[in-house]
Amino acid sequence: MAQIILFAPLIGALIAGFGWRMIGETAAQWVATGLLFLSCLLSWVVFVTLDASVVQQIHILDFIRSGTLDTAWAIRLDRLTAIMLIVVTSVSALVHLYSFGYMAHDDNWDHHEHYKARFFAYLSFFTFAMLMLVTSDNLVQMFFGWEGVGVASYLLIGFYYKKPSANAAAIKAFVVNRVGDFGFALGIFGLFYLTDAIDFDTVFAAGPQLADTQLAFLWGEWNAANLLAVLLFIGAMGKSAQLILHTWLPDAMEGPTPVSALIHAATMVTAGVFLVCRMSPLYEYAPEAKTFIVYLGATTAFFAATVGLVQNDIKRVIAYSTCSQLGYMFVAAGVGVYSVAMFHLLTHAFFKAMLFLGAGSVIHGMHHEQDMRNYGGLRKKLPYTYWAMMIGTLAITGVGIPLTYIGFAGFLSKDAIIESAWAGTQGGYAFWMLVIAALFTSFYSWRLMFLTFFGTPRGDKHTHEHAHESPTVMLVPLGVLAIGAVFAGMVWKKDFFDHEGVTKFFGMAQHHASETAHGTTEGSDASHGGTTKHADTGTAAATGHEAAAMAHGQAPQGAIYMAPGNTVMEDAHHAPKWVKVSPFIAMLIGFFVALWFYIINPEMPKRLAETQRPLYLFLLNKWYFDEIYDFLFVQPAKKLGTFFWKRGDGAVIDGSINGVAMGIIPFFTRLAGRAQSGYIFTYAFWMVIGIAVLVTWMSLTGGAH
Amino acid sequence: MIQADLNVILPEIVISVYAMLALLGAVYTGKDRLSGALTWLTAAVMALVAMWIALSGQGTNVAFGGMFHDDGFARFAKVTILLSGAVVLVMSQDYMARRGLARFEYPVLVALATVGMMVMVSAGDLIALYMGLELQSLALYVIAAFRRDSVKSTEAGLKYFVLGALSSGLLLYGASLVYGFAGTTLFSGIIAAAGEGYTPVGLLFGLSFMVAGLAFKISAVPFHMWTPDVYEGAPTPVTAFFATAPKVAAMGLFARVLHDAFGGVSHDWGQIIAMLSVLSMFLGAVAAIGQTNIKRLMAFSSIAHMGYAMIGLAAGTALGVQAMLTYMAIYVTMNIGTFAFILAMEKDGQPVTDISALNLYAKREPARALALLVLLFSLAGVPPMLGFFAKLGVWQAALAVDMVWLVVASAVASAIGAFYYLRIVFFMYFGAEGETLQTARAPVLWVCLMGSALVMVVGVVNMFGLESVAAAAAATLVN
Repeated sequence: MAQIILFAPLIGALIAGFGWRMIGETAAQWVATGLLFLSCLLSWVVFVTLDASVVQQIHILDFIRSGTLDTAWAIRLDRLTAIMLIVVTSVSALVHLYSFGYMAHDDNWDHHEHYKARFFAYLSFFTFAMLMLVTSDNLVQMFFGWEGVGVASYLLIGFYYKKPSANAAAIKAFVVNRVGDFGFALGIFGLFYLTDAIDFDTVFAAGPQLADTQLAFLWGEWNAANLLAVLLFIGAMGKSAQLILHTWLPDAMEGPTPVSALIHAATMVTAGVFLVCRMSPLYEYAPEAKTFIVYLGATTAFFAATVGLVQNDIKRVIAYSTCSQLGYMFVAAGVGVYSVAMFHLLTHAFFKAMLFLGAGSVIHGMHHEQDMRNYGGLRKKLPYTYWAMMIGTLAITGVGIPLTYIGFAGFLSKDAIIESAWAGTQGGYAFWMLVIAALFTSFYSWRLMFLTFFGTPRGDKHTHEHAHESPTVMLVPLGVLAIGAVFAGMVWKKDFFDHEGVTKFFGMAQHHASETAHGTTEGSDASHGGTTKHADTGTAAATGHEAAAMAHGQAPQGAIYMAPGNTVMEDAHHAPKWVKVSPFIAMLIGFFVALWFYIINPEMPKRLAETQRPLYLFLLNKWYFDEIYDFLFVQPAKKLGTFFWKRGDGAVIDGSINGVAMGIIPFFTRLAGRAQSGYIFTYAFWMVIGIAVLVTWMSLTGGAH
Repeated sequence: MIQADLNVILPEIVISVYAMLALLGAVYTGKDRLSGALTWLTAAVMALVAMWIALSGQGTNVAFGGMFHDDGFARFAKVTILLSGAVVLVMSQDYMARRGLARFEYPVLVALATVGMMVMVSAGDLIALYMGLELQSLALYVIAAFRRDSVKSTEAGLKYFVLGALSSGLLLYGASLVYGFAGTTLFSGIIAAAGEGYTPVGLLFGLSFMVAGLAFKISAVPFHMWTPDVYEGAPTPVTAFFATAPKVAAMGLFARVLHDAFGGVSHDWGQIIAMLSVLSMFLGAVAAIGQTNIKRLMAFSSIAHMGYAMIGLAAGTALGVQAMLTYMAIYVTMNIGTFAFILAMEKDGQPVTDISALNLYAKREPARALALLVLLFSLAGVPPMLGFFAKLGVWQAALAVDMVWLVVASAVASAIGAFYYLRIVFFMYFGAEGETLQTARAPVLWVCLMGSALVMVVGVVNMFGLESVAAAAAATLVN
C-alpha cells in the first residue's frame, strides 16, 4: 500500500507529462488527479490504521552500495511519515482538483499552446518527490527527495517562462536553496564521517555518542552533535524560508496560485520542520543548536509578520504569513516539543492552503488582479470564497474560547506553541516575539479580509463589474479544507499536545511520564498537582530500560524522541493563565486595530504611513534584505563573473587561443608555404640543413659516453 | 643450401617472375589493351601472395647468410604492403582507363616496386637494404612521371628522381661509414659493434646519414619537400599508391635498421627520431592549413601521420614498434578510403582536386559525405574512430618510456591538424552554395570508401585482432 501511495503520483506525472499527446490534455489531467486521490485515500487508511509502536521499513530496492556506504531505497512508515502523508496527499489532491478551474484559461498562453498537462505533470512530480522526502529511511534518500522538490519548485515557479520575473524568481529560489542544501549536504557528510552510516536507525542510536565527540570544522573544534544539528538546520532554513535564507519565498509567488498553496505554503516549505522533527534523536543531544533554532525561528516569525503588515499584493501577504508561521513551528521544535511543531504543521497546511486557494479564487474572479488596493466589497460577488477566507482567517488568527479546547485549528496549535515557548525559554525572547507576531498576524489577516471583501470597490470599474464566483471544482477543495481548518485542532489536540497522547500517538517508550513526575515535583509552578498521578512504578522501570537501550547504541523507540530531561510539554500545560490567554488577547488587539484602520477610519493607515515614513518604507521594502543581498552577494558575484567572463574567458582564454589559431598558426602556414618554393635546389638545401643538424646533434649528445 | 635460401624468398621470386612474364607477354600480345586484365591479375597475384605469407609463414627464417630475414615483423609489413598495393591497383583501373592512362606497364611497375618493398622490410644487411630500396624507388620514379604528356607529372617524376638520388647518396654514404667502423654490412655484426659499451662517433655519423636517407622515404621533415609536389603532380592513383604501401615499407625498413642494427644505442637515435617526429607533426599540421588542393593536403597529412608513427619508433621499445605497426595498418586503411573518394571526384568528366568543389556535397551525396566525414574524423584522431586508437597506441608507448613532452607536443599538433580535416567536413555540410561536385560511378571506389569508413567505426570493438598480431610481430624485431 505504501508503494502505491508513493508511486501513484510518479506514474501520474509520467503519463501526464509524456503521454498527453496520445491521450489528450483533459484525460492527462484526470489521470494525474485520479491517481492522487487514490494516493490520498490510501494515505488516510495508513494514517488511521497505523500501529505507531512499530516502525515499518519497506524495502524497495538497493540504492547505492560503495565501500561502507550501503543505502537502500526503503519506505519508513511511522507516525511522522503518516502525518506528512496525509498532509501532502490531501492538499495535493485538492490542489489538483482546484487547478482544473484555475488553469482552465490563462492569458499567459496563446490558444494553440498546451500548458495544462505540463502543469499537472509538474504537480504530480512534485508530490512524488515530496513523498520520497517524507518516506525516506536514510539521509541520502531524503536528500534525493529534497532536491526533487527543489526541482519541481523551480519548474513551477518558472511555469510562466515567458515572464522574465517568473524566471528570475525561479532562479532565485533555486540558488538560495543551494546555500541551504550545502549545509544539509555537509551535515550528511559529517554524520557519515562519524557514524559510518546514513540510515536513520544507526544515526539515531549514535546521538549520545555524538554528544561526546569533538569535530574539527573550519577554524575550531566543535561538539559534533551541535555542529551537525546546525548544519542540518541550515538545510532546513533554506527549504523552510527562515531568516537570512527567506528571500526566495515571497518571490516564489510568481508561480500559479495553486502552486503557492501546495508547495510554498502547505508542503515543501514545511520539509525543514519535518527534518528537525525527524532528526529529534540528534537534536535532543544538541542543546546549543536547539537554542539557535528557537532564536532564529522566533525572529523569523516576528520579522515576517512585520513585513506582512504593509504588503499590498494579496499573495505576498500570505507568503510572509507562511514564513512567519514556519518560524512558530521551528520555535516549537527548538524547545523540544516536536509533536507540537508537527501539530502546527498539520493545521497550518489546512488553513494556509485554504487561504491561498481562496486568494486564488479572488484573483481568478478579479481577472488576475493581485493588488488588494484594487479590491474592496467583494463579499457579495464572491460569497463562497468570502466564507472560506473567513474560516481561514479565523483559523490563522487563532479564534477560540480561551482556556478550553474549543476553537479553530490555529487556536489550538498556535497556543500550544506559545505556551511551549514560554515553558522552554522561561518566558524569554521567543515567547514575547511569538505573542507580538500573533498580534501582527491578526492585524494583517484581518486587513486582508477588510481590504478585499469589505468597504467600497476600488480600482478598475470594469474588472469589478465582471468579478465572478469561481467554478465548483475550485470551491469544493475550499470546502474540504475548511473542515480541516475548523476541526483539525480540536480532533488531534490530545495526540499532539498531551504527553500520554503523544507517547501513544507517536509510539514512544513510556519513560516520559515518570520523568515528568520527577521534573514537575521540583518545578516552581503550584498549579500542577493533578499531573503526578501519571507516575507509577511501571514507567519508572521503562525509563531504566530506555536509558539502557540508548547506552547500548539502539535507536530510541517511536517516531520522535524526547530526552528524559525534556519536560517542556508538561511545563507548558502548567503555564500561568496570563500566558495561556496572551495569544488570544494579542489576536483581539490585532483585530480591533485592523477594524479601526480599514473599516471605521480608512484614512488612518495613509496618515500613519506618512508620519512614520521611514518605518513604513523599512517594512514595505522587507527590511531591505533584498537590497543588502544585492549589494553584498549579487553585485560582487556579478562583477566577479563579468571579470572572469570578459578578462579571464574572453581576453585570456579566447584571446590566447584565437591569437594562436588566427595569428600564429597562419603565420607559420604562410612560412611553410613560402618554403615550399617548387625549386629542387631549395628542397635539396633543406635536406642538407637537416643532415647537418642531425650530425651535429648526434655528435653533441651521442658521443658523450 | 641455396635451395633453403630460395625457399625463404619464394614469395618475392614469385612476384618478380610474374612481373617479368607479364611484361614480356604484354609486349608481344595486346599491349595496352591488356592493361585492365593485367591490373586485376596483378592485384589478384599480390593478394594471393599476401594470403600465402599470412597463412604459411612460421618462425624466423634467415637466408643468404643473414642478409634476408623472414620473421613475424617482415610478414606483418609484407601483408600490409601487398594488400594495400592490390587494393590501390584495383581502385586505379577505372580512373586510368578513363584518363587514357591505361598502360600495361603500370601494374608491372607496381609489382616490381612491391618486390622492392618486400626486400626492404626483410633486409638483414646494408646491401640488401639498398637493393630493396632502389628497386622500389626506381619503379616509383617511373610511375610518378607516368602521365608523360603532363608537365606537372613529369616535373613530379623528375623532382622525385633527383631528390631521391640525393637521399640515396646520403644513405650510401652513411652505409659506408657504418661499414667502415663496424667492419661488416650485416646488421647482426653492426649491432655487435655498436653495442659494446663504447660506440664510435663515426658509427653514429653513419647512422645519422642513414636516418636522413630513410627519413626521405617516409617524408619526414626536413626531408619532406618533395612530397607535396609529387603528390600533386603524379596521377591520382599513383598518389594513392605513394601514400600507402611505400610508407609502410619505409617505416618497416626504418624500424629494422634502428632495432636490428642499432638496437644497442636506442638512447642515441631516440632523440633524433623524436625531433623528426615533432617537426613532421607540426609542419604537416600547419602547412596543410594553407592548401586548397586536396592531393597536396593529403601530402601534408601523410607527413603529419608519419610523425605520429615515428613516436612509436622514438620510444625504442617493443611496445613502440607494435604501436607503430598498428598505426601504419590503420593509416593505410584510412588513406585507401580517402583516396577512393578523391579518385571519384570529378566535374564534367574531368578530375577535380580543389577542396572548394566539395561545397554542400552532403546534400547531393549524403552517404558518401558521411563516409568521408568518418574517415576525416578518423584521420584527425577523433574518438571513437579507429584513428584515435592508433594515436592512443603510440602515446601509450611514449608514456611508458616517460616521453611526456612528446605526447603533449603531438596532442597539440593533432589539435592544430584537426582544423583542416574538419574544414573539409565544414565545406561538405555547411559550405557556400555553388556548383557541386559530381562523382564517378565506380563501384570499386564506392566499396573501398564505404568499407574503409565502416572499418573505422566497427574497428573500435577489438581492432579485428590487429593489436595482438602487431604485438607478436614487434616481439620478433625487438627482444
